[in-house]
Amino acid sequence: MSAPVNYHIYPCGDHAVTIQFGDRITLSANQQVVALFQHLQAQPLFGVRDLIPAYNSLTLVYDIFTIKHQYPDVSVYEQVSGELHRVIDRITEKEETTHRLIRIPVCYDVSFGMDLASLAALHQLSIEEVIALHNSKTYRVYMIGFMPGFAYMGTVDAKIITPRHPSPRKSVAAGSVGIAGEQTGIYPFTSPGGWQIIGRTPVRLFSPDQANPCLLQPGDEVQFYPIDLSTFQNLNPV
Amino acid sequence: MSLLIQKQGLSDTFQDLGRYGYQYLGVNPGGAMDTIAMRIANALVGNDPGEAVLEMYFPAAVILFEETVLVSLAGADFSAAIGEKEIPVCHPVLVHAGSVLHFRGRQKGARVYLAIQGGFQLSSWLNSCSTHLKTKTGGFQGRALQKNDRIIGKQKSPFRNHPTGNACEILHWQANVQAFYRKEALRFVAGEEYWLLQKASRHKLEDHPFHISRESDRMGFRIKGESLLLENPLEMISSAITRGTIQLLPDNQLIVLMADHQTTGGYPRIGHIISADFPTLAQMDSGSDFSLQQVTLSEAEAVFYQQELNLQQLQNACNFRLQEYLAT
Repeated sequence: MSAPVNYHIYPCGDHAVTIQFGDRITLSANQQVVALFQHLQAQPLFGVRDLIPAYNSLTLVYDIFTIKHQYPDVSVYEQVSGELHRVIDRITEKEETTHRLIRIPVCYDVSFGMDLASLAALHQLSIEEVIALHNSKTYRVYMIGFMPGFAYMGTVDAKIITPRHPSPRKSVAAGSVGIAGEQTGIYPFTSPGGWQIIGRTPVRLFSPDQANPCLLQPGDEVQFYPIDLSTFQNLNPV
Repeated sequence: MSLLIQKQGLSDTFQDLGRYGYQYLGVNPGGAMDTIAMRIANALVGNDPGEAVLEMYFPAAVILFEETVLVSLAGADFSAAIGEKEIPVCHPVLVHAGSVLHFRGRQKGARVYLAIQGGFQLSSWLNSCSTHLKTKTGGFQGRALQKNDRIIGKQKSPFRNHPTGNACEILHWQANVQAFYRKEALRFVAGEEYWLLQKASRHKLEDHPFHISRESDRMGFRIKGESLLLENPLEMISSAITRGTIQLLPDNQLIVLMADHQTTGGYPRIGHIISADFPTLAQMDSGSDFSLQQVTLSEAEAVFYQQELNLQQLQNACNFRLQEYLAT
């Protein structure tokens, strides 16, 4: 891991604390987020009930009553943020503990990738070039948010960086693969959305009935590979 | 024990204290909007405080009880009635088999909670029975209740051999919850971006009333009021948001994030409604007005701690009265 990024701890309401690394989205800041997240998942702090890793921050949601009951003489925020300082000082040198590479098939057929043609035209590329650029890189899952299993991955090749649609579509199909700025992501559920849609995966990103419902986790690496329409239909026999 | 939905309400879902521990997967916690009312409804019928209850808006469902059972309503007053008999909130009520519960009009509050003795037989997902509409999981088939849904109780009602008919018996004690709801300005603690507001806007936050717009639901309350402005335009990196977070939207208006909030967001966090006052906000319907008052973090913690002690005391008192009644 590269040199540790400076951090800043602040309250996120009266029952959560956020630790922020630097003030930009960088790989090293996110690696520190994920390392701390994995550490706190394995060794939870007393009274903490939820962890929310993001691009360059990790938020701990805690139970005010449980902590105040145990430590009546300090403010709950001071208690949790103090613990957090101690943990961070101990683990700044540590690497992320898990590193997974996950390969995801994507069908870049224009019937799925409804923004593929306009995106290619915008960047003066052919559709084939856009597809090749999109699946030539290995992406990092920076965070999961927006809805269950929605992974924010980055960063895409500079040649295909494309802003969101100014007004979101009413409905984007589950499995749709999109680009928003430097990010790429997949919609786990059909929902409204403003990302530039370039393809669709038959893989389920979020399966509520599974013990581990979410395919991707913060810190994962992801490679996309192209499949044709008939392969898509074979993999997705609906 | 079972009950049958005879007429569908606006949005009636089962909720418990929420689904915590999975926000890193983008799974929002959900849970009852007004956890005080939810816990009191449970205490009145002798349930664990975290037992899932039915959260209803107005117009609420019409419900047939197919077996005699002890129930309670807490939270909003929607003029509940069984036949012609009015059912007050915060009383235990012995509802006879064949009785129909209906709601005649919204008097006060926005959400009413129905608990039955022993709790409802529901599906649990990630350690919670709260209904998660996006994934269609939890609660009753992962959705809001519809006409002809039949919900089963977890246990046989101890009162099942009781007389039947469209009637009920209101037990004579009541949980007094008035003190748990804030009558004055709702309190908030400053958010990380609070100091980036223009000074005049910081003053407006506490000097002017806010109005809950119709575009408000379990995800968030859109608030209309004075335009609030930042000193400088701000490019935010998405990070966590929580229950009660007050964000400043690009139109210079506010949104308060409620039970079904997303796990992360990218708008400036002006403040956060304190945990103790969140149930009060949850009981405000669209069209209501409120004002804001800033408090310190340690004050917010102390108020919540005391509220929790009082609530536990009231739960214990409810349980005690019920045990006394059941013993006679």
